[in-house]
Amino acid sequence: MRWLSDDKLNRLRAVVNDPDFSSTKYTIVKELARGGMGTVYLAEDRELDRRVAVKVLNTPDVNDDLKNRMAREAQIIARLEHPGIVPVHDAGTLPDGRVFYAMKLVVGSRLDEYAAGASLRDRLRKFQAVCDAVAFAHAHGVIHRDLKPQNIMIGSFGEVLVLDWGVAKIVQPQIDADFRRSICENLRQSAAEQTMEGTVIGTRHYMSPEQARGEIDQLDERSDIYALGAVLYFLLTDQAKAGKAAKAVCSKAMADAKENRYSSASELSADIGRLLDAEPVSAYRENVFEKASRWVSKNRFLVLLVLAYLLMRIFFIFTTRP
Amino acid sequence: MSKPLLGIVLGAILGAFDGLTAWFTPAVRDQLGGIVVGSTIKGIIAGVAIGFFAKKFHSLPIGILFGVLVGAFLAWLVALMQGGYYLQIILPGALVGLIVGFATQKYGRIPATAN
Repeated sequence: MRWLSDDKLNRLRAVVNDPDFSSTKYTIVKELARGGMGTVYLAEDRELDRRVAVKVLNTPDVNDDLKNRMAREAQIIARLEHPGIVPVHDAGTLPDGRVFYAMKLVVGSRLDEYAAGASLRDRLRKFQAVCDAVAFAHAHGVIHRDLKPQNIMIGSFGEVLVLDWGVAKIVQPQIDADFRRSICENLRQSAAEQTMEGTVIGTRHYMSPEQARGEIDQLDERSDIYALGAVLYFLLTDQAKAGKAAKAVCSKAMADAKENRYSSASELSADIGRLLDAEPVSAYRENVFEKASRWVSKNRFLVLLVLAYLLMRIFFIFTTRP
Repeated sequence: MSKPLLGIVLGAILGAFDGLTAWFTPAVRDQLGGIVVGSTIKGIIAGVAIGFFAKKFHSLPIGILFGVLVGAFLAWLVALMQGGYYLQIILPGALVGLIVGFATQKYGRIPATAN
């Protein structure tokens, strides 16, 4: 009898754990990312001759909770048709029982990587697009619950995509009847299992106080707004140019009491738009000097023209005197 | 505020200011009232023309160029009547036209287009 080396054993283990896609139209190319619940692979869709990202559960012998959660994630994303939310193309089950879904392959960088080389203005523009995607999800009764720079992708053409809806929660099933029927009712049980009182889901630095306390029934859109505030805080951290207004927007979004936060992601997005347009934001009351300074910086060229005119006038007054 | 109205207001303010600077020239100080009125009217005429141009054509460089040309032309007419001080009158006049041209292109309400 011959003993296998550790390397060979590990290799065998990996091969055994590799998902078997032979019964599907996908050919796995390589692993892209591995998380606690699932692994994302780069795959070829042989029928449509295109590359996609396929997310599949890590192990076949999982309990129904993880399977349901994965299926639920696919259904939630498939329903949220928005340019800022990565579209799901297909979903299914592998012969070993693992649930998978195929989605658009996003080529680009994560928000934290993108931010390293971006100006404050570009960061704010991308952040506003994130707010708009989240506002869309909220309007459809879905809260993300794990918003962070690592879950936001910036595509190679500047498109912004919010990823990883694995721990999303449905909060307003009354909004859309179809949505309610197909997701909420079918998945009520799995959602309830996932969101037991006292269960902490999310990422610590981006988690609202109520989420960190495990008060699942207290979570609503404003919990995502806290996380958006934390993402904004991350984007402003090394920016000396970020003024008091930007910091006030961040503070309002990250208020401890959710009543003091923005009431919607659209409201937060509107304030970011005002920041970009050098308009006053709802989160900060300016004094006269700040108002004047903002007006001058917004109308710099006009101010320069008027100054040039005045200087010319003064010049002619002194040079044409008898 | 509509673009033509913005042009009129800006033209009138800058024209009046332009006229008031005549106070620094003692030789014409006693005619200051007439100069201010004339200069304000000149500014209003320029403002109307530049404002209506901005309403029709939405282009910052062309708007600025039009403003400069209108401002310079009206100032040239004034200088012609004065019989001198061409540079001292035309240069500020052109700059006033530039300011009004820029402001009317950048600011002011764009009228809604009918379907």
